[in-house]
Amino acid sequence: MPHRTFFWFILPSLVAMTLFIFVPIVSVVFQSLYVEHEQVVVVSENCGPFGCTEETTIDQDATRALREAEPLGRFAGLSVYTDRAHLAADEVGAIWAASTGLGDFVSRLMNLPFYRALIFTLSYVAIVTPLTIVLGLAIALGVNGLPKVFKGPTIFVSLLPMIVTPVVGALVLYWMMEQNGILGSALQAITGDPTLSLRASAPLTWITLYIYGVWSSAPFAFIVYYAGLQTVPQEPLEAAMVDGASRWERIRYVVIPHLAPLTVFIALIQLMDNFRVFEPIVSFNAGAVAPSLSYNIYNDLRGEITLFNSAAATSVLTILGVVILLTPVLLRTWRDFTTKGGH
Amino acid sequence: MTITKTALLAGAATLLAGAAWADAHGCDLGEGNVRILGNEFGAIQAVVDRAMECTTSGDMSANLTTEHKELQVAALTADPAQYTVAIVANSSIVPLLNDDLIRPLDDLIAEYGQDLLPTQQISVGGQVMAIGFMANAQHLFYREDILEQAGLEVPTTWEEVIAAGQAIRDQGIMDHPYISNTMTGWNLGQEFNNMYLGLGGSFFEPGTAQVAINNETGVKALETLKALAELSNPDFLTYDSNATGAIWEAGDAALAMMWGSRGGGILDDEGSTEEVTSNTVLAAAPTVDGGSIPATTLWWDGFTIARNISDEDAAASFQAMVHGIQPEVMEGNEEAAVWLIEGYQPTPAAAGVAASAQGGAIPYPMLPYAGLLHTALGNELSDFMQGRESAEQALADVEAAYTTAAREQGFVN
Repeated sequence: MPHRTFFWFILPSLVAMTLFIFVPIVSVVFQSLYVEHEQVVVVSENCGPFGCTEETTIDQDATRALREAEPLGRFAGLSVYTDRAHLAADEVGAIWAASTGLGDFVSRLMNLPFYRALIFTLSYVAIVTPLTIVLGLAIALGVNGLPKVFKGPTIFVSLLPMIVTPVVGALVLYWMMEQNGILGSALQAITGDPTLSLRASAPLTWITLYIYGVWSSAPFAFIVYYAGLQTVPQEPLEAAMVDGASRWERIRYVVIPHLAPLTVFIALIQLMDNFRVFEPIVSFNAGAVAPSLSYNIYNDLRGEITLFNSAAATSVLTILGVVILLTPVLLRTWRDFTTKGGH
Repeated sequence: MTITKTALLAGAATLLAGAAWADAHGCDLGEGNVRILGNEFGAIQAVVDRAMECTTSGDMSANLTTEHKELQVAALTADPAQYTVAIVANSSIVPLLNDDLIRPLDDLIAEYGQDLLPTQQISVGGQVMAIGFMANAQHLFYREDILEQAGLEVPTTWEEVIAAGQAIRDQGIMDHPYISNTMTGWNLGQEFNNMYLGLGGSFFEPGTAQVAINNETGVKALETLKALAELSNPDFLTYDSNATGAIWEAGDAALAMMWGSRGGGILDDEGSTEEVTSNTVLAAAPTVDGGSIPATTLWWDGFTIARNISDEDAAASFQAMVHGIQPEVMEGNEEAAVWLIEGYQPTPAAAGVAASAQGGAIPYPMLPYAGLLHTALGNELSDFMQGRESAEQALADVEAAYTTAAREQGFVN
């Protein structure tokens, strides 16, 4: 394609990407470097149905003057990034000095909001991504082997988790896990512990979130693999059969290598999605024991007083996290691309 | 949700139009626009329904949602503001005051609000900023029949509540006799506020925004909450007022700390059995550690008028809301709230709030930075409540989280 045509072809999406992705990211970076003005407070008498009290209020005229002088707020450099709610430089140093071993260090680190979220987010990515890929491939191979009449209905049922709205799917599971829900009470009966609660226990909540994650994204991996399976060439498969390869050996040495580019694609998408895990945490009310980076951003924006700068800093750190996570995959793709000479 | 609500309210207003016409004589707003934002519960619905009876050739709409706190600052910052009326409580008015988004009401009161009681007028530094119409507080709910069955007196202190809960459990009547709104976040922070103020604590160093809760009073408050949580279902960190209300109506608890505004819904004949409703009694919040004041905070709900709207819209909105809170709104809604409106006669559903207020409970502080501390409490206390860290560590975490946020907001250096 001539470069000029290519340019006109992607111009609309380039404009949209600049407006809706690039500009907001720049604005978020800017906000993360500033903090609010110093607040000028005055003591005033506040009266209401329960009597009068002396309380402080904000001096509006003085604050307005400050705002007009510096509309962005006070420049803070990277101080928001290093404060306790984010990278917590001082606190981590103190914890490192005080901790007795690596285990102790990590458990103390879990007390800091950013690291608690980061550790859960990374564990979620590390566990859900491979399981989704394996389960998706298994379903695809299973469905591909079915007689034709059963294929349609099976595909529909397998895709259900993806069709169901994420929040609704998570809520259904959440209610089933309640103590008088079917899963919650079954677990109590099996373990013989009437006080066992899936929602109260942190490890069980983490496991439930992993299970939900795999359940809800396996259909995506499945449908991609299923499409890929339709393109597997028959000759090498037949040749392998002539050579006496078992079904497993044919999958291992012919089908899986053929699907490798799709695996890279699914891994890429899943890494990005899983790093931004959010809906199930809200639906499961799990913010206390299993916050993610996205959940922290949401939390900063939801308080009675909105912490824009703090949320902006967490957003920038999340973007950096995604970049770091994707670098190996992207490097590999780039290498493959250059060794093949590009096409 | 929003659209449905607006449509429903509009529909209700149309249905009522016939009956309302006579009423609306005193409430023709001319051409002003009225757009109301507020929380969603029975008493506010009643007020807004009545305000919507007014007639105007301009807009007339309402958005009542439990998410109102997240909408209000952005909606009122716009010029012209998206809503002309924001219905707030003593905590949610603070962000509006901080950003100067609501207007003083003194001139409107002089012109249209002569009948308002002085106690309804909430003033900040001498200017009336909101008009209150109901009071609220969290207080004790107990089941008379179960206390009787266990041979217990009605508890009036938190120590007695803990002992009573333990006795009910020991006698095998209920495994989890106690509930309260302990959901991680705002609710859990509020539980701490109630207990800490009941113990006579103060949140900040006098005259500053420096937090001061990591002390013996804070530890005592947390220990009391922990003892109560042990009498509660292990899922307690997921309980908000919808959940506790449902558990109470299902008859699965004997002692509870719940909002007075839920009292009417619990005592009515819907959603529960005769056994539960006839034995539910609402009482003052208990005192704690030999203190004399109920360990709870007092709240008002009231309306404010946006600053970034025309004077005409402000006048129309004010008149509509004053019409909404006229004494007639209480007809049929006597039990919906503890009304601050002239002529209100307390009902059994109001007993708990009234007794807590008479006992000298403290109003929730209207400080510009109180919300930051509340958020920090809500986020940092759950580790302690689940036994994963000490009370001192939890309080140190709260202080550190608050100070980080307050520094970013410019309240401390």
